[in-house]
Amino acid sequence: MAEQNRIELEMPPVATVPGRFDAYGGRYVPETLMAALQELEAAYAEAQRDPAFSSELAHLLHHYAGRPTPLYFASRLTESLGGAKIYLKREDLLHTGAHKINNCLGQGLLARRMAKRRIIAETGAGQHGVATATVCALFGMECIVYMGQEDMRRQELNVYRMRLLGAEVRSVSTGSATLKDAINEAMRDWVVNVRTTHYLLGSVLGAHPYPTMVRDFQRVIGVEARRQILEAEGRLPNAVLACVGGGSNAIGAFYEFIPDRNVRLIGVEAGGRGPALGEHAARFQGGSPGVLQGTYSYVLQDDAGQISSTHSVSAGLDYASVGPEHAALHDSGRAEYVSASDESALQATVRLARTEGILPALESAHAVAEAVRIAPAMDRNDILLINVSGRGDKDMGILARELKLQGA
Amino acid sequence: MAIHFQNHPGLVVYLTIGDPDLATSKKIALAAIDAGADVLELGVPFSDPLADGPVIQRASERAVHNGTRLEDVLALASALRKERPSVGLVVFSYLNPILRLGLESFAAAAEKSGVDAVLVTDLIAEESEEYRAVLRKHRLQPIFLAAPTSPDHRLARIAEVSEGFIYAISRVGITGAQQQVAGDARELVTRLRRFTKLPIALGFGISNAAHVAVVAEYADAVVVGSAIVALIEQSSAEEAPAEVGKFIAALRAPVASETAVP
Repeated sequence: MAEQNRIELEMPPVATVPGRFDAYGGRYVPETLMAALQELEAAYAEAQRDPAFSSELAHLLHHYAGRPTPLYFASRLTESLGGAKIYLKREDLLHTGAHKINNCLGQGLLARRMAKRRIIAETGAGQHGVATATVCALFGMECIVYMGQEDMRRQELNVYRMRLLGAEVRSVSTGSATLKDAINEAMRDWVVNVRTTHYLLGSVLGAHPYPTMVRDFQRVIGVEARRQILEAEGRLPNAVLACVGGGSNAIGAFYEFIPDRNVRLIGVEAGGRGPALGEHAARFQGGSPGVLQGTYSYVLQDDAGQISSTHSVSAGLDYASVGPEHAALHDSGRAEYVSASDESALQATVRLARTEGILPALESAHAVAEAVRIAPAMDRNDILLINVSGRGDKDMGILARELKLQGA
Repeated sequence: MAIHFQNHPGLVVYLTIGDPDLATSKKIALAAIDAGADVLELGVPFSDPLADGPVIQRASERAVHNGTRLEDVLALASALRKERPSVGLVVFSYLNPILRLGLESFAAAAEKSGVDAVLVTDLIAEESEEYRAVLRKHRLQPIFLAAPTSPDHRLARIAEVSEGFIYAISRVGITGAQQQVAGDARELVTRLRRFTKLPIALGFGISNAAHVAVVAEYADAVVVGSAIVALIEQSSAEEAPAEVGKFIAALRAPVASETAVP
């Protein structure tokens, strides 16, 4: 009970819902969706003022999802690198295996307040789809998940999980048949069914209020981690690292540390197979400002303004744009964005599995890879805090293919 | 220049430019004008057309694939303006290709090409201040969409910022032909009239003469898009212009006979 109360206190209502992050963000949608976005914005603002909402969310986060998640000192990984102390924020231990459940519980409660019983969602790696299907089962709601055909192939286990939970998984074969195309299809569904349907968007993407609202639901990661590292070490970390696809786990991990100017915030994008357009998803290296799927942010695009195809070994990072708040943090210099290649993410996965017995999601492994790169040159008293946003069970098929482990 | 409708109802024809190729798009556009289109919406192909149904998605994909750019659409507008001086020309685009070219460069080029108006599918009134200022500077009219889900306060705002005409969306949904014009449509046009004296063009799902006749009772113009894009998809490049011309003439035929002065 004490723990539950503490979580409640750690979810302070956010007074303003800005919608713009410096030049980025906004609302770039067909007019048909505007009424629904304004309805959602109003419902969210009202929920934030309602203590019953935050206490129900806190209750679910604790008793259902398993918050707070531990902050774990990875001593053998630290030793193996011979530099900074590495702490892991264990979002991988949450119910359904990733941070996505934090946002899904929040939006699920909101959908219930708005009396919308039909939920649609997009998914890349399948973790958001699984979390959405889970919450819909919990609340007795109809659930339709759009997923790229290519992603369905590489994340087959999650497709079965969603179906087992009662969700309908709709295959999207247009474009590159990945996350971007799944979002297009989900938005089309929403335009058609907007009066009865809530679009449970899984990242800090899309039109206002999504980037702000999803960030607020993910803030709990950083709120807990900041308290936990102070308890463990009596001081703040030198850097917080997180992988960045749309950027929800990263903004969740970063947000509470933004005022702590001496804490570096490092977002790790998918470097894929190399720097050529189409071979990676590193928006801050190959991208430029543009509008995709409702928001103004960095976008991988060609010189005619057509959105580029992307590649990453991890479906959850395989997206051509990035949350607008990250674009603002990038431009202001408050956060740094680097990339890790497919290969280094795979190697980081093996390293974490063998030094700590923790199998990270391939997405999260990108953040681990950057820590592996920078830790050895750091002082032994320095601290790196990695957000392990999800677990890697879903990636077993890809890992088996890519690593070709033989009797290892 | 300014959009005006010669006939009642006015006929607005949407084409995805570059499908199947630029040269054919030009022939189709000329055929459409000669068959009675008052206004052409020149659709700029985009890789992620999230407001469009499967027909326009496929057309857009073909046009992107063969390299059609916003600059090509403006060059086509220029050619059409020379050959058919009185037709209304609207650039119809998603926002990103325009941002990529640069708002000012785009508007300057569009003005030079003889474009009358611009409609950006994913740009709402609230986000349009700078865009409208740049368009105004280049004597281009901003056209906005109004939807059945738009409450009155949004319709008032849309009416305030629109010029040329207002594009009323006949139903909640994405583009594409359908059997009947939705009941939402008449109600939306009625609500919209309270806020504007501009012509109201109704689009989404209008695909035959019967639809046109019904819509003529309450709207000033109709927009026909997916039905024509589908026809182009089904025709060879050689046949497409004539097929589109015939289709458009048939849309107007009963309208012309009903409104003919005895």
